Amino acid sequence: MKAAVIVFPGSNCDRDLMVALKKSMGRAPHMVWHGETTLPDVDLIAVPGGFSYGDYLRSGAMAAHSPIMNEVIRRARKGVAVLGICNGFQVLTEAGLLPGVLMRNRDLRFVCRDVFIRVERKDTVFCNRYGEKQVLRIPIAHHDGNYFIDEAGLAELEDDGLVAFRYCDEAGTTTDEANPNGSLANIAGVMDRTRRILGLMPHPERLADPALGGTDGRPMFDSLVASLS
Amino acid sequence: MKALIHITLKPGVLDPQGKAIANALSNLGFGGIGDVRQGKYIEIELPGRDAAAAEADVASMCERLLANTVIEDYRVEIVDNS
Repeated sequence: MKAAVIVFPGSNCDRDLMVALKKSMGRAPHMVWHGETTLPDVDLIAVPGGFSYGDYLRSGAMAAHSPIMNEVIRRARKGVAVLGICNGFQVLTEAGLLPGVLMRNRDLRFVCRDVFIRVERKDTVFCNRYGEKQVLRIPIAHHDGNYFIDEAGLAELEDDGLVAFRYCDEAGTTTDEANPNGSLANIAGVMDRTRRILGLMPHPERLADPALGGTDGRPMFDSLVASLS
Repeated sequence: MKALIHITLKPGVLDPQGKAIANALSNLGFGGIGDVRQGKYIEIELPGRDAAAAEADVASMCERLLANTVIEDYRVEIVDNS
């Protein structure tokens, strides 16, 4: 598998993502600056977490219109897999590649801690190395992670099985207490209709090595390598 | 021309910041506080256009960047500042 990590001014998880991808891929991904207008030939485009453009206007709004995004959108439309983590998820919604929007957290606080999420479907390029409905312990660190979409949009996500992850308790039950930010239907990650584009607020790249205290994030990168190589 | 743009959350979209402001106002002793909705206000100077062209340009700016129309409405006022 060949991959590119997009780097915006204010990205801060780009290196972590590069290290996690490299571990699964066996070679380093391309690091592509936001001002570029072309991408190398890749199977995966990864959009990292951080605070691109200082979250000006809305989180991800500026990055969604930076020069490289035209090419990201063009490749995505051709079927290249795209993964957006945290700010990357916000960028992909603002760019129109994923449905919905990430609003300010319900309690207005920046939340930085481990949470539990449940894998909603494993038959995707992102999750095939996870178990059915597997519960992961995984870090979140965001201020704007409150997923919202209108009623019709939510019905479409649910009917078409496009919810990738939901916040849950340790046993895998989606309770309101286990919802760290007020996301609609406990949604932690969604896919587009083709299921080749995924955005999620939790950080799998921060838990992809035993030295980081856990490896629940690792299977996502292994899944991508297994599917896209 | 100058565009005065108000961006607000659509009716029905929860506004936790507005709620926090309402609570703070009540705590300050202001009685009779109803629903509070917080939004954004943007001014853009648009030299060399007539009002109709300014209005059309700003509508496009709002749709493409200034507002996220999944959750936000916008209202534009064009004023002559020449």
